[in-house]
Amino acid sequence: MNYAIQTHQLTRDFGSLRAVDRLTLEVPAGQIFGLLGPNGAGKTTTIRLLLGLLPPTSGQVRVLGMDPLQQGEAVRSRCGALLEHSGLYERLSAEDNLDLYARIWRMDAASRKKRIRELLEGLGLWERRKETVAEWSRGMKQKLAIARVLLHRPPLIFLDEPTAGLDVPTAAALREDLLRMTAQEGTTIFLTTHNLSEAEKLCAQVAVIRDGQLLAVGSPVELRTRAGQPRLQVFGRGLNERALTVLQSQPGVGGVKFLNDHLEIALKEPAETAALVKLLVEQGAEIEEVRKSTASLEEAFLSLLEENHVH
Amino acid sequence: MFTDILTIIYKEWKEMFFARSTARSGLLGVAVIVALLGIFMPFQNGRDWLTTPLLILIWSWLPVFLTLGMVTDSIAGERERHTLETLLASRLPEQAILFGKIGAAVFYAWGIMLVSLLLGAVTVNLAFPGSPAFYDPLVFAAVLVFSLLASVLIASIGVLVSLHSKTARQAYQKMSVVFLVVWFIPMLVAQFLPEEIKAGLSARLMTLDLNAVLTLGMLILLAADTVLVLVCLKRFQRPNLILL
Repeated sequence: MNYAIQTHQLTRDFGSLRAVDRLTLEVPAGQIFGLLGPNGAGKTTTIRLLLGLLPPTSGQVRVLGMDPLQQGEAVRSRCGALLEHSGLYERLSAEDNLDLYARIWRMDAASRKKRIRELLEGLGLWERRKETVAEWSRGMKQKLAIARVLLHRPPLIFLDEPTAGLDVPTAAALREDLLRMTAQEGTTIFLTTHNLSEAEKLCAQVAVIRDGQLLAVGSPVELRTRAGQPRLQVFGRGLNERALTVLQSQPGVGGVKFLNDHLEIALKEPAETAALVKLLVEQGAEIEEVRKSTASLEEAFLSLLEENHVH
Repeated sequence: MFTDILTIIYKEWKEMFFARSTARSGLLGVAVIVALLGIFMPFQNGRDWLTTPLLILIWSWLPVFLTLGMVTDSIAGERERHTLETLLASRLPEQAILFGKIGAAVFYAWGIMLVSLLLGAVTVNLAFPGSPAFYDPLVFAAVLVFSLLASVLIASIGVLVSLHSKTARQAYQKMSVVFLVVWFIPMLVAQFLPEEIKAGLSARLMTLDLNAVLTLGMLILLAADTVLVLVCLKRFQRPNLILL
């Protein structure tokens, strides 16, 4: 498999604090990869190490097949980064901000003009291109920062909390754009986020870190499955104590409890869902709706943090 | 590398002179200096402005103040406004960013000095008619070289101070302390020297060869600039700029 990013035992200390602790990751090219973790988990430091902005204390990093410390300029030439802050020059206009970075990426005048127009029109900012960025809303600034990242069509993009502070429609539109980019242009996106539903919608793979240590890595579905038993939620009438007792005696059932307006059944794999529903009906229950689900990514995330909590 | 340096200079000047929010104050500052050095002072001093070397040599320190303000804003200010890390995440080499920022500050200050001096010559010739006059070529060249070297010196110190300052204001305050120690305290001390010592020093100064003094001064400045720029190059590294 072709990997955009590979780290092996990557470690970074700040004095006595270990920000990144023996992190080993492989990010396949052309995918959206999410790095999840609570505040201070080491996500931003990891991005800085991958971009060669900081040297690691120990361990190895390869980004697009290169060492970011030895070949920093070559690595950064092929990457786009939206870091913790938008990094926009607020005293300049939107157009001037993009023009500056287009010059930095050594685009000629004609390409600069064409690409800036293409991006600003695509994001609905073209009409306001002459306005000073300081006058803009946070959502507009974030869109402009994304445009700056995409300017030179990098094969690898780092996004640190890209939808933080955006309203729901803007965040949804941005997610659509990111998915389109990976599908059409094969761009690899490495993003950090606190928004677990966003990670679930976007990422092919996610890694969970805490205190710089990797707790788990896999697809959102894998993490959810790993986190807990599948559940059956049964809505309807006649879900009484007798039905509950009968269910509890079944071999495929781990536990049963009433939750507000429904019955929640923890299943042991492999459990015969249809048989359980039939049993409830035989006990006089009138079933309106049955949902089978696994733990949400949020539950999986919290469970991972809980399991690995170090006192 | 040269193109990258020009890109940074372009960015700095664009922010200073052409950004809507700062253009007025930036251009006003330039106008005040040019009016002072190019019109007011020559008008006050008449033809002496062109013929007395010490007059313009003293004013040649002025670009230093201009450099000071700009260089502290361009590094510590960028960090404060959270634009520095994004710039560092680009392909630009550290040396290009460093020389671009020093260059923007130095050529801004030095350019104003040059324009002011040329305007001063025009002012004198227009206000005090007579045979056309210009500065002594040696003095004129010395002023330009001095102001350039002094600006590079301050810009380099500004870079080093900015590396250890979280905000532009903090950097400016630290630089002001440096300035106070290097420039104003010796001048203040000189004011309180006994008259006989001052007279003795004056007499000694009158006997000195001005050319030799200027050459020596320039060599000292050049050496200081070289050392400081080398220190800047060593310290101006991505990790040092990000972590504070």
